[in-house]
Amino acid sequence: MEEIYDIIILGGGPAGLTAGIYLSRAKVKTLVLNVGVIGGQMSLTHEIANYPGVPNISGYMLSRTMQKQAESFGCKVISNAKITSYKLAGELKSVELAGKGIFSAKAVIIASGGKSRELNVPGEKEFAGRGVSYCATCDGDFFQDKEIIVVGGGNSALEEAVALTQYASKVTVVHEFDYFQAHKKAVEEATNHPKIDFILNSTVSAFYGSQSLEKVTVKNLKTGEDTETKIDGVFVFIGYVPQTQPFKDVVKLSDRDEIIVNNQMMTNIKGVFAAGDCIEKRFRQITTAVSDGTKAALNIIEFLQN
Amino acid sequence: MTLDTNLEHITSEAQYHEIINNNENVMICCGRMGPMCVPVYDDMEELRNEYSKVKFYDMLFDLPDAHVIRNLPECRGFMGLPFTVYYKNGKVVKATSSIQMRDQLTEILDENFS
Ligand SMILES: Cc1cc2nc3c(=O)[nH]c(=O)nc-3n(C[C@H](O)[C@H](O)[C@H](O)COP(=O)(O)OP(=O)(O)OC[C@H]3O[C@@H](n4cnc5c(N)ncnc54)[C@H](O)[C@@H]3O)c2cc1C
Repeated sequence: MEEIYDIIILGGGPAGLTAGIYLSRAKVKTLVLNVGVIGGQMSLTHEIANYPGVPNISGYMLSRTMQKQAESFGCKVISNAKITSYKLAGELKSVELAGKGIFSAKAVIIASGGKSRELNVPGEKEFAGRGVSYCATCDGDFFQDKEIIVVGGGNSALEEAVALTQYASKVTVVHEFDYFQAHKKAVEEATNHPKIDFILNSTVSAFYGSQSLEKVTVKNLKTGEDTETKIDGVFVFIGYVPQTQPFKDVVKLSDRDEIIVNNQMMTNIKGVFAAGDCIEKRFRQITTAVSDGTKAALNIIEFLQN
Repeated sequence: MTLDTNLEHITSEAQYHEIINNNENVMICCGRMGPMCVPVYDDMEELRNEYSKVKFYDMLFDLPDAHVIRNLPECRGFMGLPFTVYYKNGKVVKATSSIQMRDQLTEILDENFS
């Protein structure tokens, strides 16, 4: 079975949903296919306080609102899509969904966003939810009066290290460099905090325990020395990876695997556009994703007319 | 805090026992409206239509009566929300901590309830 659309949007985060709103409102037959939960990283955000016009909202509510808004204009949204193949190079683009057939369109927007980077070291997966966490607001209160490590040296790592001091008795920041990438205020707050210690030029290289995490190996990246440390919890905030692997042989990527687009948000392949966190850019926010989605949609309307 | 989901909520210990003892296959997600919990509720809402032999519920982690899940031996060592527990004829067959992807949920459902 083949279903034909004017445009298929791969990704249902803020970039993809915004494009969906603009395109379906312009009567372009639009399909949003999302491999995960609608809202993307936005739905993983506890509280959004910097989306203009909305003083405070949970990521979950903002995701639902954007989805409803897109659907109200006739946009079809499929979440948890199991995409088995992509054909993006030719004039007619198509993707295949397990059990649902082939969906084709004249143009595609890749809005596949990104996800938190993991350490990818032994024990990390095994102890996720049992001492290893990627969300301070979700899991912080399990570490009341406990000793924890925060891995990372960017804004998220240092801000969350400070936030976690309201629960933990001691927070040790383990960071791979001897300087921080975070902004000055975050560095000052963390370095002046009496409950926060630092281990620099180092990383966590293994996790151990039985029912829950009990200890880690901290590796000094300069000397190669390994130190085993007893610890109750580790929070990992080491940045972000774009979800562009399925497209790497088709569209041009930067050396950080981000999709390169021109000022019309088009990739090197005619009819394949990209928007949001998956493209090469500096600031990754909901507002910038929404802006990219808007630009891609408006350029596509022109592209389809021509 | 309440759970703003379309799942049926369990609000008391008595209701919890009633549900797990009177249904063959039950999945309960015990959490808050946090970023690691919401995706699991969303998936469960969709999976309800695909797994008619399973009953899907949520329970607010902070309810005093949620100790029935918080203190399960199968949840010992859990330090990430939500706690998701699967029951067959009233007995726990599997429990997971923190966010689970849809594939992980269906793998457990298929393994235990098919
Ligand atoms: C914990 C956290 C807190 C944040 N807080 C804020 C904040 O307060 N304010 C703010 O402005 N920004 C915040 N951000 C950043 C913001 O969430 C992102 O910049 C924004 O969500 C990016 O939108 P996007 O649509 O490009 O991608 P995403 O939100 O990543 O969405 C992409 C979607 O595409 C899906 N997908 C992936 N691959 C494919 C594929 N091949 N086919 C189909 N679908 C696919 C994914 O499952 C996902 O649902 C936060 C991010 C995180 C992780």
